[in-house]
Amino acid sequence: MKKLINAADDVLAESLAGFAAAHPELRVDHVNRIVYRGEPKPHGTVALLSGGGTGHEPLHAGFVGFGMLDAAVAGEVFTSPTPDQIMEATARVDTGAGVLHIVKNYTGDVMNFEMAAELGGSIPVETVVVADDVAVEDSTFTAGRRGTGVTVLLEKIVGAAAEQGRDLAEIGALARHIATSGRSMGMALTSGTLPAVGKPTFDLPETEMEIGVGIHGEPGRRRVPLASAREVAEMLVEPILADRSFAAAPTIVMLNGMGATPLIELYLMFGEVKSILDRAGVTIARSLVGDYITSLDMAGCSVTILEADNDTLALWDAPVATPALRWGM
Amino acid sequence: MANAQYAQLRDWIDRWEAHLIEQRTYLTELDSAIGDGDHGTNMVRGLAAASARADAEVPEHVDDLFKAVGMAIVSSVGGASGPLYGTFFLRFGATAGHVRELDGADLAEALGAGASGVAQRGKPELGDKTMFDAMSPAVGAFAAAIARGETPSTAANSASVAAHAGREATAELVARKGRASYLGERSVGHIDPGATSTALLFQSLAEALA
Repeated sequence: MKKLINAADDVLAESLAGFAAAHPELRVDHVNRIVYRGEPKPHGTVALLSGGGTGHEPLHAGFVGFGMLDAAVAGEVFTSPTPDQIMEATARVDTGAGVLHIVKNYTGDVMNFEMAAELGGSIPVETVVVADDVAVEDSTFTAGRRGTGVTVLLEKIVGAAAEQGRDLAEIGALARHIATSGRSMGMALTSGTLPAVGKPTFDLPETEMEIGVGIHGEPGRRRVPLASAREVAEMLVEPILADRSFAAAPTIVMLNGMGATPLIELYLMFGEVKSILDRAGVTIARSLVGDYITSLDMAGCSVTILEADNDTLALWDAPVATPALRWGM
Repeated sequence: MANAQYAQLRDWIDRWEAHLIEQRTYLTELDSAIGDGDHGTNMVRGLAAASARADAEVPEHVDDLFKAVGMAIVSSVGGASGPLYGTFFLRFGATAGHVRELDGADLAEALGAGASGVAQRGKPELGDKTMFDAMSPAVGAFAAAIARGETPSTAANSASVAAHAGREATAELVARKGRASYLGERSVGHIDPGATSTALLFQSLAEALA
């Protein structure tokens, strides 16, 4: 393992310390591992809270700030945060209008957020569970689809709606609408390595790649010989369009890096994805290319497509000021 | 018939922690095959927190001991194992009550309540390739042995044997819950890490009551 760390057990605490040093405009609770906005929202505004295992940076802490999250709760690497952390953050961000919990659909995250909402007392909480990964069959025989790229788009769009002062019921409904309007599919060229484990989570030979991979180094559904970017783009976009036709309305498309793939390749991939979508009659109204929801040092990428109406696009364009997304301010 | 004493139940947790530390690498290997490779690390961290809390609070009764253990696990393990094992111990303690010892029937009832809590929290079915595939038969074997008039010690041995058999049988199953379920058929051939830590839990109980 070659990593820029001091000791495997200290990675999370020391990374959070560095994050706090780099972003004095945010407030970091190092004991509970929660990142808050420096300036709380006005009284009576719905607050947005998300969280999950670390190792997906910039998600979620990188999306705390005006126009997106009010707080992000960090678990250990690839491990859900715990109910007491989530309860603490919920109590602190509530301004009297209630809190939206944004949860990615993983067994651990769902259970810990559920326990927090049950034990949390009197604060009204709405929960949205994001489950957008088409690589997983949505059936009673699995834990359901994984929450991946749509989470990033949802935090931006619903965050903007909360700044407008929409109430908790409207925010909850919008969040669920966005969660069900997007789909994602990912692939890996290499496995990531957990600092505490010290070796790659799975073994992927030089000549092969994993299609349908998740964001925790869990292997995908199919291992295939390495192919060209054009062919990989087909393997990612085709299952998405087979699951939902995006031809009816404009879309927001994200080409996301898994952590160890350079931007030069991500832009090349975006070009390939756009060609396929053009042929399929899908209109890209907005796009986002870069590392937004990663899997440590995994090489690879994912494609996310979200159907967007005028309200969604206006919320997407609204000002945002976070460490990882910043425009219009 | 020897009742299970408070000190033995405290020893149960210490023994489980020792087994988890010893098997940390193995648990991580099992979890890397079908999960995300952190089960050993997370459980060791959780049990360290549980012992520390039990040492600090110095509980004297079974309910307080397992409330401390359960809350420490819930607030330190994370993932799915935290809420599941945390719920197991919280329910176990609440059902056992404010006592210093448990007879066989009390212990069977508390173990059953713990397993029911896990079932409610995670909604597993038998055969989903989860910790429940070791826990459910273990709790069933314990209750059956007590019903036959056996001591808590021999009942715990039966529970340990049943848990290990359940754990080994997970190798042939297709995962339907948790991260391993994303692999579908590719999960066959691998033993479930959660069922493995549960088998160690019941093995530790048998050792503590021996």
